Amino acid sequence: MYEKPLPVVDPESAPYWSALKDKRLILKHCRDCGRHHFYPRALCPHCHSDALEWSDARGTGSIYSFTIARRPAGPAFKADAPYVVAVIDLDEGARMLTNIVIDDVEAVRIGQRVAVHFDAVTDDITLPKFKLA
Amino acid sequence: MGKPEAVIVGVADAPLKDGKVLTPMSVLQLQALAARDALADAGIPMREVDGLLTAGMWGVPGPGQLATVTLSEYLGIVPRFVDGTNIGGSAFEAHVAHAAMAIEAGRCEVALITYGSLQRSEASRNLAGRPSVLTMQYETPWGMPTPVGGYALAAMRHMHEFGTTSEHLAEIAVATRKWAALNPGATNRGPLSIGDVLKSPMISDPLHLLDACLVTDGGGAIVMTSAAHAKALGRKAVHVRGYGEAHTHWTIAAMPDLARLTAAEVAGRQAFAMAGIGHDAIDVVELYDSFTITVLLTLEALGFCKRGEGGAFVAGQRTAPGGPFPLNTNGGGLSYAHPGMYGIFLLIEAVRQLRGECGERQIKDAVTALVHGTGGTLSSGATCILSTR
Repeated sequence: MYEKPLPVVDPESAPYWSALKDKRLILKHCRDCGRHHFYPRALCPHCHSDALEWSDARGTGSIYSFTIARRPAGPAFKADAPYVVAVIDLDEGARMLTNIVIDDVEAVRIGQRVAVHFDAVTDDITLPKFKLA
Repeated sequence: MGKPEAVIVGVADAPLKDGKVLTPMSVLQLQALAARDALADAGIPMREVDGLLTAGMWGVPGPGQLATVTLSEYLGIVPRFVDGTNIGGSAFEAHVAHAAMAIEAGRCEVALITYGSLQRSEASRNLAGRPSVLTMQYETPWGMPTPVGGYALAAMRHMHEFGTTSEHLAEIAVATRKWAALNPGATNRGPLSIGDVLKSPMISDPLHLLDACLVTDGGGAIVMTSAAHAKALGRKAVHVRGYGEAHTHWTIAAMPDLARLTAAEVAGRQAFAMAGIGHDAIDVVELYDSFTITVLLTLEALGFCKRGEGGAFVAGQRTAPGGPFPLNTNGGGLSYAHPGMYGIFLLIEAVRQLRGECGERQIKDAVTALVHGTGGTLSSGATCILSTR
């Protein structure tokens, strides 16, 4: 049984989580300003247009910053510590929080290239995590 | 008669022992007693309070959801101006600004700002276990340690961009402890060295345990009124010369730049412009110190030093007692107390410094103070510039 916190999927986020279940990372793309954003919104946070569409992300990016959690975020994460929480700049320009899945947590550096790793934690939820590329 | 000018005329904080209130009490009781003491300090009876401002994390879900409503009922007052703005620990700096606007617009005559938390007594700090709804569905499932994780991401990025070191951050913890040693009300007053900070356990790289604030109870209150009213009462008034506020994000991935405190840049710029003074006119500075990195980012954002030079600015104990830049003179959230939302205590200390009540830690001839609160995860900022003139 998966004991860590799960996302509470809502009508707005359902397509995002549904795509992940099929091992696809999707982002909202703005047809007006051409920029991508994450997390998915009803209005583009850059230009406030509502002309948005889902688009497939390449699933690659680089580490913008990271921390090694030596103390877990609650008991459910205890067995994982130390683990890496990172903010990734996707190549499309959107930024997301994730984990770097790696045995040697000390080897992680800002700027390293990463690629998405789909972690199906339950039947319904797949979390996008990343590994060094 | 001209437009009224708002001033701070009363402050109080609840005494703590080992970070806990002296006797078991409720969070409403804690705030009522602080309000009583701040009103006594002002020389104003509770029945004259017609403005109420508060923010907290108590009674949720439940009566804390309508915090000003619950609190005014408990206090037995009917405020005609209320503000429950909750932007995290900086809420109280925003409350001072909002109360000043209300008093100057004639919407209230006596404004009471309160805060209370019993997180240490109730061992209730742990924020885990809340459902990952709305924006949190994109961060909570990955096990970000809260609140330290976001600050750690910022510190890591600042180190990467500017060469800031753990020693720089430790300078802040050590200087702040030296101020706490001069404050009989501070929780942690024992000696602390840079080596002690660096040897303390790493909790979320690059932040050590002693880069983090305390976990304590805390209750405080502030009374504001018009300068004319304060004069009639014969009380020393602290003027609110400038203020500003802003916020940028709550999910950490949405922070515009992890190595730059945008909210403080916006808030500080407004406050300095309104006060019409420069940085040289500030005698004492009280900055929210949830973590050492918070202080370093805030110093840069408010323009006390250039971006990236915060490390050099705090090196050599420049912010310690006797140094050229008196900072967090009560011992801060790092060593005095940190009850979840610390911002009201920055204001209380600044008022006491400006009134010359600080004993051993008093900054000589302090006339002007800058207070800056930070809330959320480097999310919100609110600045107040206070002065006795």
